[in-house]
Parts: sequence; structure tokens; C-alpha cells
Amino acid sequence: MNGFGNVSGARGLTALSGSESPPSPGSEPGTVDMMVNMGPQHPATHGVFRMELRVDGERVLDLVPHIGYLHRGSEKLCEHELYSQIITLFDRLDYVSNFNNELVLVTAVEKLMSVEPPPRAELIRIIMCEFNRIASHLLFYGTFAIDMGAMTPVLYNFRDREKVQALFESVSGARMMHNYFRVGGVKQDVDADFAARALTLCDDLERGVDDSDRLLSENAIFIERTSGIGVISGEAALDWGLSGPVLRASGVPYDVRVEEPYSRYAELDFGVPVGSAGDCWDRFYVRILEARESIGIIRQAIALMEPGETMARVRQIARPPAGEVYAHCENPRGDLGVYIVSDGGERPYRLKVRPPSFCNLQALRDLTVGHYIADAVVILGTLDIVLGEVDR
Amino acid sequence: MLNTLKGLGVTLRGALRPKVTAEYPKEHLPLDERFMGFPALTWDSARVEPFCTGCMVCVRYCPTQCMTAQMTDNPKFTEGVSHRKKIIESFEINLGRCILCGICVDVCNFDAIEMSHEHERSERLRNANRVDLPTLLEMGKTYQAKVGWKQAKSNAPSPNERETAKAAAKSAKALAGDGPESGDQTGAVDGGDQV
Ligand code: SF4
Ligand code: SF4
Repeated sequence: MNGFGNVSGARGLTALSGSESPPSPGSEPGTVDMMVNMGPQHPATHGVFRMELRVDGERVLDLVPHIGYLHRGSEKLCEHELYSQIITLFDRLDYVSNFNNELVLVTAVEKLMSVEPPPRAELIRIIMCEFNRIASHLLFYGTFAIDMGAMTPVLYNFRDREKVQALFESVSGARMMHNYFRVGGVKQDVDADFAARALTLCDDLERGVDDSDRLLSENAIFIERTSGIGVISGEAALDWGLSGPVLRASGVPYDVRVEEPYSRYAELDFGVPVGSAGDCWDRFYVRILEARESIGIIRQAIALMEPGETMARVRQIARPPAGEVYAHCENPRGDLGVYIVSDGGERPYRLKVRPPSFCNLQALRDLTVGHYIADAVVILGTLDIVLGEVDR
Repeated sequence: MLNTLKGLGVTLRGALRPKVTAEYPKEHLPLDERFMGFPALTWDSARVEPFCTGCMVCVRYCPTQCMTAQMTDNPKFTEGVSHRKKIIESFEINLGRCILCGICVDVCNFDAIEMSHEHERSERLRNANRVDLPTLLEMGKTYQAKVGWKQAKSNAPSPNERETAKAAAKSAKALAGDGPESGDQTGAVDGGDQV
């Protein structure tokens, strides 16, 4: 049905049934391509993702991804929810970088309503988003190492990620599904000791990222497993519509925070790390460098913070004027966009999400074909997908 | 080789760091002040009744529609001891559906609902975690006692209090009425003293 597992040579069967006519001399012994089903309950697929691999021995000849196991109809649900309630749905798209998701929604609605959040609120948002980026990348280093059989890093990374989540809890009241950003600001001002705590945490995280770097980047086995695997050129990456670290690893310095600065990113000074080879090692290392840049951003943002309002004067129930808007932000996984059509009501007429994980996943077949099965896991790992966002 | 040693160094240092986890059911890590557990209804100890008037605002704004509320006339208002004309009769939250978003707390105008620190309410069945008004108030009282909860604005006077206040004002007026001139003078003198 799917064209897989087509038994090309029936040699094995004839041999079993008594072999009246042995294969003619000179003809190649026929081989059988095998279909291997990977997922949806495979631990290396990071969620519920299924790959159909057609393999010749250990080599992958073809790959068909199957998605949709986590489909919850979020976009349709959004049409029935108030804007304040949609924030809770966005928390659940990419569930390892919740703040970044919330940011893109509130940015879009604010753009539509022409609301300017107070400067302090914007800085709080930036700090939270950058912490979340680091937390997300820490998770990536750990799970990526596990994909290749290294157990140690994930334990250290979870320890550091735990500290970030403790900070999130003291700010928003929740470790993961925060519902903290509001159209026009943030829910609540941060505590007085927030700046001190955040700075200590920055130091801790710097050490944590260095640990991952030391444990993995130059490890001989790690390099063997990642360099030259799943190479994609910058042009091909652009053609596929890849974004985020996956695109930058191929040498394209595209970062929404720099190209179209939103919030107060224009005031902050940070670099955009790019790779050169576009292989798995680059995709890993770009994320290490990015986490370091994020720590720098947080330190600058804390220095810029001044006391003041954290909420603009807007109605509690946002009611944007009729019209449409597209806003996009740089998520840990790439360029997350949201397109809203409003008919002037309290609920959007239509809401469309451009999920970076989904777009990045498109390149999976091209990257994997020709490599070993074990490399398929590594390549999928470097794309760092979150199925909550792919399926929505 | 060098890198293996580097890696070993990291592991060694990791082994020497203090632990950050706790053996959960036996040990609990402290909860943060802002921690959002399940929503609970607060208790007005001054009026000896819940703050909730059953206005249903939270019910309408809950994204998962996990609450129901029923309003009733407040007998204490008829008796004159409470300022609330209406009071909650029955309230139910399906905690299995609640996503702990805190929207109900945001929209309530009466300080009547709070995200408590209660978080250990697992049940085996999907619908077994429905909690009724007494349980919600119990959770609320525990939370209020734990964090030293204070209501944002003080209660409006109850009918009885208003009566008393009116009576007091009247008697004060009557007292003042005994000698309007002298009273005025006293006021002036008082004012002068204060300056
Ligand atoms: S908790 Fe508040 S919003 Fe909900 S019914 Fe009671 S008074 Fe109304
Ligand atoms: S916390 Fe959210 S989901 Fe839970 S009852 Fe309140 S509004 Fe509903």
C-alpha cells in the first residue's frame, strides 16, 4: 500500500520451498528492503512522532514521517476562546518554551490593538523568554546526548533547568504552564529580590552550559557520531523554510530578534551564532553559543530595569478592532508566527500558527536518507521538535 | 584522551555538589508564595460566611468550563448582620479538568477565590476529583491561615452596622444640637489647637 517492503527478489522463499531452479549464475543475489516503524512510542522521537523507514541493512533508503498523534485542534479552539484564554492554549503548543509562545500571541494582539506595554513589562518578558530559551536548550543538550547513549549530561542539565523553573514559579506561580503574559503587560510585578536571584541564576547557568560544552563538544565519540551527519546547505535550508538554530547552523545568520526586532530587543546587544558545515555537530554547538548569548541578554535587561508600571491601561477583555495581523518571534526552535484575523469581537475570527518545529521537520527526509538508522535518531534529535507544536 | 579527563572532571565536580531533589512523598520542597495550586474559596471570618456571592463571573471566564455555581439570597442580610445580599449556595469545581491557569482569580471582583497551595489531590477516576463548597472553603481556610491572607478592600457596612452608625450620627447631632453655639466654638477651638 505504501510502497514499502516490496519483496523484490523472491529468492529466499524459493530456497525454502525446495529450490527447483537455483538463481541463474551471474545475476546479483536479490535483497529485500525492510520497512522499520519507528515510534510513535519510541523514546528517541521526543513525543508521539512516527517514522516509516525503508532500510537496506542499516542504511535508510527512504523515510516517511507521520504526525498528528497529538492533534488537539488548538487553532480551531482559539476561535471559541477569549484572547485572555487563548494564552493558556499557547502555553501548550511548545510546552518546553511556554513564555516564548505567550509572547508571540500577546505581541500580535497588541499590534492589532496598537497597545504599547510599559517598558518594565517588556523587560520582564524578555528576561523570562531568554531564561526559557536557555531552559529549552539545556533540555536539548541532555536529550540529544541520551539519543546517542550518553546518560550523564541529562542529569546535570535537568538540575540546572530545575533552577530556572524554580525562578519561573516564584514569578508566575507555575513551573510550566504559566499564563503570565497579558495583552498590555504581565500579570504581576516581580518580587524585590528578583534581580539578585536572576543574576545568581545566570552564573549557575553559565556554569551549566560550560559543563555540557565540556562533556560533549569535544568528546571523540560525540564528534564521530555528529560531524558530517545530516548535512544541509544554507540554500537548501532556506528553500525548506527552516528557521532557528537549524537554519543558523547552516551559516545563514537569520534571527527575528535582529531582523525585525520586537519588544525591546533593539536596545540589547547580542550576537547571532552561526555554524558553517550545517551538520549535526553545528546544530548542537550553535545552541551552546546561543545559550551564552541569552545569558548576556538577561544581564543587560536586568541592568535596564527600572521601577514602574507592569500593565498598560487596557480592558481586561481585549477586543481588538477588525483587521488582520501577523507577528513572529524567535523561539528556541525557530521562527514562531501567528496570524490573526479579527472581526472586531472578543474572539478571533481565525487564528493560524506558523510552528517552527513543523517547518523544520520537513527537511527530515532529505537529511536522513543515506545515513544509518542510528543516525536518523541523531538527526531528529538536532531538529529538536516538540510535538505539541507540530500537531497543535 | 584530554577530553575524557575534562569530562571526568565535570562528573567529579557534579558528585560533590549538594543535591537539589527531595524524595517526594516523604520529603517536600518548600512551595513558593506565588505557587498556584488548585483554586479554593476564601472565608470571611468577620462575617462568618464565604466571600463568594455566586456572581458566576469566574464560571463564565474559565477556559475549561470546569466550575458551576449557584447563587441564593443571603439570610444574614435579612437579619442585618452581613452586607452581602446574595451568597453562594453551591459551588463545584472539577479539579480533574482545571488547568490551574488562575483566570478565575483574575476576574473575581470579590477576592472570593484564590489559587491555594493544595496540589495533592489525585484520584483514580476521571470524574472523581469534583469538589464541593465545604471542601473548597476548607482548602481556602488552610491557605489563608498558611500565607496570612488579607482581603484587598475592607467589607462594606452591613445593614445593622449602618443602623448603628446612623444612630450614632443622630445622637452626636442631637448632642451637638443641645448647644449649637458652644458646639461650634468647641470645634473652632479644637481646630485652632491643631494648627
Ligand atoms: S468566586 Fe468570585 S467570580 Fe466566582 S462566583 Fe464567587 S464571587 Fe463570583
Ligand atoms: S484555574 Fe483556570 S481552569 Fe481552573 S477553575 Fe480557575 S479558571 Fe478554571
